[in-house]
Amino acid sequence: MSNAELIIGLILVLITAALVLTLTVRQKRIPQVPVFRRIAAFNKFKNAVNSSVEDGTRIHVSLGNASLTQPSSASAFVSLTALRRIGQLSSAGDNPPIATSGDSVLAILSQDTLHQVARETHTKELYDPTHGALAGVTPLAYVSGALEQMQDPEIKTNVLIGNYGSEIGFLSSVSEENGAYTLAASDSLPAQAVLYATTEEPLIGEELFALPAYLHSSPVHSASLQVQDLLRGLVVLVILGGAILKLLGVV
Amino acid sequence: MRSPLLPVITFIVGILVLAGYFLPIPALISIRTPMLDWAIIVSGVAALIAIANLIFGVHWRRLRDPSKDHWFSALVILAFLVTFACGIFFGPTNLGYQKVVTAIEMPIEASLMAVLAVTLAYSSLRLLQRQHNWMGFFFFIAVLVFLLLNSGIFSLLPNLPILQNLISGISQAPIAGARGILIGVALGSLLTGIRIWLGSDRPYNG
Repeated sequence: MSNAELIIGLILVLITAALVLTLTVRQKRIPQVPVFRRIAAFNKFKNAVNSSVEDGTRIHVSLGNASLTQPSSASAFVSLTALRRIGQLSSAGDNPPIATSGDSVLAILSQDTLHQVARETHTKELYDPTHGALAGVTPLAYVSGALEQMQDPEIKTNVLIGNYGSEIGFLSSVSEENGAYTLAASDSLPAQAVLYATTEEPLIGEELFALPAYLHSSPVHSASLQVQDLLRGLVVLVILGGAILKLLGVV
Repeated sequence: MRSPLLPVITFIVGILVLAGYFLPIPALISIRTPMLDWAIIVSGVAALIAIANLIFGVHWRRLRDPSKDHWFSALVILAFLVTFACGIFFGPTNLGYQKVVTAIEMPIEASLMAVLAVTLAYSSLRLLQRQHNWMGFFFFIAVLVFLLLNSGIFSLLPNLPILQNLISGISQAPIAGARGILIGVALGSLLTGIRIWLGSDRPYNG
C-alpha cells in the first residue's frame, strides 16, 4: 500500500472511532431504545433464551475456530460478547451456557467470560471452568468435539457464531435434527452458503456483527451498529458513484 | 467494579500497533513487531493451558464420573499422552513422527469431509422445505445453474459466442455478491476492533 492509502486508512479508523464515541455519549445523555431493522432470527433467539430459563435447559455457544492473532478474530470477539450477554440473560436459570471453541486462546477467554458473568450475576456456585472448553485444534477436530457436547439432551439451543468453513454443516444439521433452536452466523462465505442450506434463519454478512446490539448489550453496541450502517451507505454511494463515472468515461 | 487499568493498557497498545501499521516510521515498527511477537508467544502458552484443561479438566473428570461413558475419554487421554511423549522424545520436527501423526489424522479428516459432502447434498435437497421464500427459491436455482456451469458441459459448444459471453457474464455475479458480503464483514470487523480498542468490549477479566 502507498503512504497516501495508509494515511486514508488511519483517518477512516479515527473518524469511525470518533463517530462511535459521539453516538455513544449522545445515547447515554438521551436514553432511548434504538429501532433497528427487524431480523426474525433475533426475536426467535430471545424467545429461545427465555424458554431455556423456564424449562431448565442449557444453551450451547459454539465460538468457532478463529485464531485471535488472525484477521478473522473479529468474529471471535463478537461471539465472546454474545456469550457474555447470553450468560447474563440466562442467569436466572439453573444451567449456565456452555461454550466450545476451536482455538486455545478463545477457549481461555470463554472461561474468563463465563467467570465474569458468574461474578456479575452472583451465580458463582454454578460456574464450572469446563463449561468453556477447547473442543479441538483443527476445524474438523473442533466440530467432532462440539458435536459431542451437542448430544447432551439438556441442550435445546445452539448458537453457532464465529469463523468456520463448510464443516459448520455438521453442527447446524445435528442441531436441527436434535430439534434444538439454531442461531448461526459466520464471517466466512462458504460457511454462510452452507448455513443458508442447513438452517432456517441464518444471519448473512454483517448481521453477525449486529448481534450484540440486537441483544441490547449497551449503548456503545447500538452506536457501533448505527456507524456500521452509515459506513455501509457511504460505501454503496462510493461504488455507485464510481460506476457512473466509469460509464461516463470520467475515470 | 472493574479495574480501569487493563482498558488503559489495551488502548495504549492498540494505538502503538495501529500507528505502527499505518505510519511506516521505523521507531513505531520496532515497537509494534515485538508486541505482535509477544502475542504469538502468549497464544502458544495458551494452547498448552487449553489442551491441559481439555485433557485433565474435561476428559479426566469424565473418567471419574460413573454415569458417563469412559471409553472415548480414555482414548483421548491415552492418544494425547503418547503423542506428547513422542513429540518430546523425537522432537516435533522429526520426519518419522510427523509422518505417523499425519498418517493417522489425514484419513480421519478425509473421511469426515466425505461424510460432510453427503450431509450437505442431503441438506441441499431439503433446502426448499426450510426456505419457503423467494430467496430460498433463487438460492436453489443459483445452485443448479452454477452446478451446470462448473460441470464444463457448455465447453462442448465453443462456437456459440453469445452463449460463451452469457456464461462469462453470469460467472461474474457470485464475485459481485461475495464482494458485497465481504465489505459488510470488513465494516463489522472494523467496528468490533474499535470497540475493543476503546475498552467498551472487554473479552478479558479484570
